[in-house]
Amino acid sequence: MQATQADATEATPVDTIDLRREFEDVDIASVLAQLDRELVGLAPVKTRIREIASLLMMERIRRKMGLATTFPTLHMSFTGNPGTGKTTVALRMAGILHRLGFVRRGHVISVTRDDLVGQYIGHTAPKTKEVLKKAMGGVLFIDEAYYLYRPENERDYGQESIEILLQIMESQREDLVVILAGYADRMEKFFQSNPGFRSRIAHHIDFPDYSEGELLTIADLMLDGQNYRFTPDARAAFEKYIAVRRTQPLFSNARSIRNALDRIRLRQANRLVSRLDRVLTSEDVMSIEASDVLASRVFAKGEVRAEVKAGEAQP
Amino acid sequence: MRVTQGCFSFLPDLTDEQITAQIQYCLDKGWAVNLEFTDDPHPRNTYWEMWGLPMFDLRDAAGIVRELSECRKIYGDRYIRISAFDSSHGWESTRLSFIVNRPKHEPGFRLDRQETVGRNQRYSTRSYAAERPEGERY
Repeated sequence: MQATQADATEATPVDTIDLRREFEDVDIASVLAQLDRELVGLAPVKTRIREIASLLMMERIRRKMGLATTFPTLHMSFTGNPGTGKTTVALRMAGILHRLGFVRRGHVISVTRDDLVGQYIGHTAPKTKEVLKKAMGGVLFIDEAYYLYRPENERDYGQESIEILLQIMESQREDLVVILAGYADRMEKFFQSNPGFRSRIAHHIDFPDYSEGELLTIADLMLDGQNYRFTPDARAAFEKYIAVRRTQPLFSNARSIRNALDRIRLRQANRLVSRLDRVLTSEDVMSIEASDVLASRVFAKGEVRAEVKAGEAQP
Repeated sequence: MRVTQGCFSFLPDLTDEQITAQIQYCLDKGWAVNLEFTDDPHPRNTYWEMWGLPMFDLRDAAGIVRELSECRKIYGDRYIRISAFDSSHGWESTRLSFIVNRPKHEPGFRLDRQETVGRNQRYSTRSYAAERPEGERY
């Protein structure tokens, strides 16, 4: 119905547009609300997405009014530390672009170097083209894009793949949106060695690390989704866990939290199974106790453990 | 003489927009779309040459239209058709095929008659175009 309406108005440019109706028509608000609800923190990212969405809506309105428009460049690059939600946002992005009518199908093809670059001469171009064909009408999400380019190996075919990508990104802007994602420092290096890429990407979005409070909210959301919950003691212990874990090497934000929760669930299951002669209530099965959290190796360092124990002893 | 094979061949040639719409219809049905070309217009020639591989898992017609324009650049003087293969159980066969490109001049067919035993007549058709070797016909 939206399409026919757009077609009809395209033929005869209109002078006025009811902004509210337009906004409700596209139903972008629900996507943004969902983004707010399901993604914790990431304030700069959300602001940027809001801006992009507003721009796209104006673009749509201008088109309806018959004003000259150029098709906006929508390729994006998401940079940030591991576990900051780049992939999740990319998936949402496809939905937003689809609702605004800037991609026709709104599907996401997620690829890595393996899917684009071949192993032999003449292998790369068909592979890359195949992937691009599949992504047409939707979003092509290239994870860890910097692996495409391997300067140390001069017989590497990644460059060929990059050239094809760049060409399609420029010539078929209406047909697909490319989103690159990766860790900030390596992406910077990648863009330095491929200047064409940087200028063809309009939106560079940086994903900040989560604060401790946000990580705790994420943990609560994740547990809620799996029908578990912390007891108050366990929640306090997990807060301490986050504080300690953040200072340790290889910390990867939300992903570390997810892994920690997986291990905590293992320990909880083990605790429940270790005493067979009892009746379990659903409350028992759902609740995670402080001991499940405190058994973590993260607390292995003596002083931290003692501190947590002391804190626990207080009523 | 205009070759009429597959769908839509009694209609005027489809525009690119119409071709795109037809391809999108096939993709929405979940069929795999192929591009084939030949310079042998005989109606019994069912084995056309394939352009690339069948295109599985596509969602949007743009990719196929791009391939078609690539194919036209090289084989623009031959017949090119699009066929859609339905792999669903019970069908497992071509559901739709239509010609999207044809030579400028199609000389048509000759009917050969042959006397055989008794007073029987045998008939065969032969394309005038096929008198020249493959690759030099149109």
